[in-house]
Amino acid sequence: MSFLDTKPGVPLLESDDLVRHYDVNRGFGKPGATVKALDGVSFTLEAQKTLAVVGESGCGKSTLGRQLTLIEQPSSGELKINGNKVGNLSDKEAKQFRRTVQMIFQNPYGSLNPRKKVGQILAEPVLLNMENLGRKEREERVRATMAKVGLRPEFYQRYPHMFSGGQRQRIAIARALILEPKVIVADEPVSALDVSVQAQVLNLMMDLQKEMNVAYVFISHDLSVVRHIADDVMVMYLGRVAEKGPTEEIFAKPLHPYTRALLASAPKIDPTQRVKSEPLTGELPSPINPPSGCAFHKRCPFATEECAKVRPELRNFEGREVACHRVEEIA
Amino acid sequence: MSENFTPSAVPASNAAEAIEPVAAPPSPLRETWDYFKKNRGAYAGLIIIAIIMFLAITAQWIAPYDPIIQDRSAFLKPPAWMEGGSWEYLLGTDAVGRDILSRLIHGAQLSVSIGLAVVAISMASGIFLGMLAGYFRGWIEVSIMRMMDIMLALPSLIMAMAIVAILGPGLENAMLAIAIVQLPHYVRLTRASVVSELNKEYVIASQVAGAGHIRQMFVNILPNCMAPLIVQGTLGISSAILDAAALGFLGLGAQPPLPEWGTMLAEAREFVGSAWWVITFPGLCILVTVLAFNLMGDGLRDALDPKMKR
Repeated sequence: MSFLDTKPGVPLLESDDLVRHYDVNRGFGKPGATVKALDGVSFTLEAQKTLAVVGESGCGKSTLGRQLTLIEQPSSGELKINGNKVGNLSDKEAKQFRRTVQMIFQNPYGSLNPRKKVGQILAEPVLLNMENLGRKEREERVRATMAKVGLRPEFYQRYPHMFSGGQRQRIAIARALILEPKVIVADEPVSALDVSVQAQVLNLMMDLQKEMNVAYVFISHDLSVVRHIADDVMVMYLGRVAEKGPTEEIFAKPLHPYTRALLASAPKIDPTQRVKSEPLTGELPSPINPPSGCAFHKRCPFATEECAKVRPELRNFEGREVACHRVEEIA
Repeated sequence: MSENFTPSAVPASNAAEAIEPVAAPPSPLRETWDYFKKNRGAYAGLIIIAIIMFLAITAQWIAPYDPIIQDRSAFLKPPAWMEGGSWEYLLGTDAVGRDILSRLIHGAQLSVSIGLAVVAISMASGIFLGMLAGYFRGWIEVSIMRMMDIMLALPSLIMAMAIVAILGPGLENAMLAIAIVQLPHYVRLTRASVVSELNKEYVIASQVAGAGHIRQMFVNILPNCMAPLIVQGTLGISSAILDAAALGFLGLGAQPPLPEWGTMLAEAREFVGSAWWVITFPGLCILVTVLAFNLMGDGLRDALDPKMKR
């Protein structure tokens, strides 16, 4: 088996009911609790596509990213790459996995080791996962990747603190790309950057997607960015999927009340473009003690008694998937 | 997936705007040195240490006499500028007719090597233990850190004396004892820095790249924890010299006739009233050396701490 072999008809990345719970200690004398950061998330990602994962802070977006890159092991559920289950990986399988899935982090000021030169930072993944390359080939590869992301060759010998945020994120992108992965999980890759630099970095990511045939899982809370870059959107609320579908359709006609509220809260210049909906009130409930039934019912203007009792499952509606009891009436 | 990676064309739309020139700021080392130089006390400390190092290294050639040779015609001779003194013995002689200047110069050799050896031993083992504690957490951390707490609960000199009492008096054992006494400081410092570094994204990024535990600990994390350790090490040299002198004074460190400064003080105790020079000069040497290391340590801390920079 190999993660690298593509099979026709099998999605590149498939997540089946992925769950991640954290046990938390609430202090002396109190019983422990479980945070359901990720509570059953399923999706598929096709090669060369971009799936955007959006939601408020604390909805489990970043936790999802950490499971997809195996920074943490999921509590339950399955992750498949090219149809192969990712379970307990041997050394060799782990190397293959890392050559298939890589990650770009949110904060380019924290994700680059301040005591290492750019060349060393970029060489690390190659050194650890492609032992058959010699020192010279490794350096060539690093230099080639630097050129790909628009970094000048003389940056090879420089330290990260000598660069601006945008250039640092270019270095981080180069590090994720250097193994030529098939999937890159990008956890809010532009949210720490100036708006003027965000566009540059996003364009670079899109160009590289075409050039290197990579698929992105793009975690973001910035809807304008998502609209610009994503093929599909997955809206998350409190560790579960609220709505999932093609970007155009979701932005044109959001179905789930939460998606509507989320889109309404994004500022628009053109008044005719504004979605008419009540903006969200209240805060995200605690994932330690989520509301009964639909997790969103306490903030939802359409909530009924059923919503407070029965948890809605994702179901097909007008070509996308929505987790709402009243979607037919609302639509 | 192919192994050959073509350094193909840069994505055209971005290449131009991406390449913006960056004025290279000074290297971290250069910057630290510039800050260090501005601190006059630290700079003076560095110069004194350089002089002491020079004396220590060249002791055999520049000391006027052998440090243990006795001149039976010159017991307790005062320094040259005093009445009864002679230029033969610049700083006078001690109770058995040994030249004090020569003994001090040779003593510098001992003190500097005590300081460096003690710090090397306890820093190396302290970094190792602290790294294990901070990186693995859990029961490893609890057992190492509680052990260090117990060691810190004992007065350091008394613990050093106990260790020397077990191992037997002598310079090597005294050095080992002082190294053990200093160990908890390095362990705690390392652990604290490691814990704070561990949550930074660059560590997670290296994990995603496939770095194993050893690589994470010593290649990725350790260099980022070195600044406070360097400062502690410099300050540790001075306290090692001081502790070694104390142990020597108590008869548990260097044994006579070794010209160790603390031992010299101990031998000269009975002449405090009659011949001040026998006890004053070794005492001054200890004072100046320790002060120099402390000044340099403080300066280094200021220079390495980003919060102190403007």
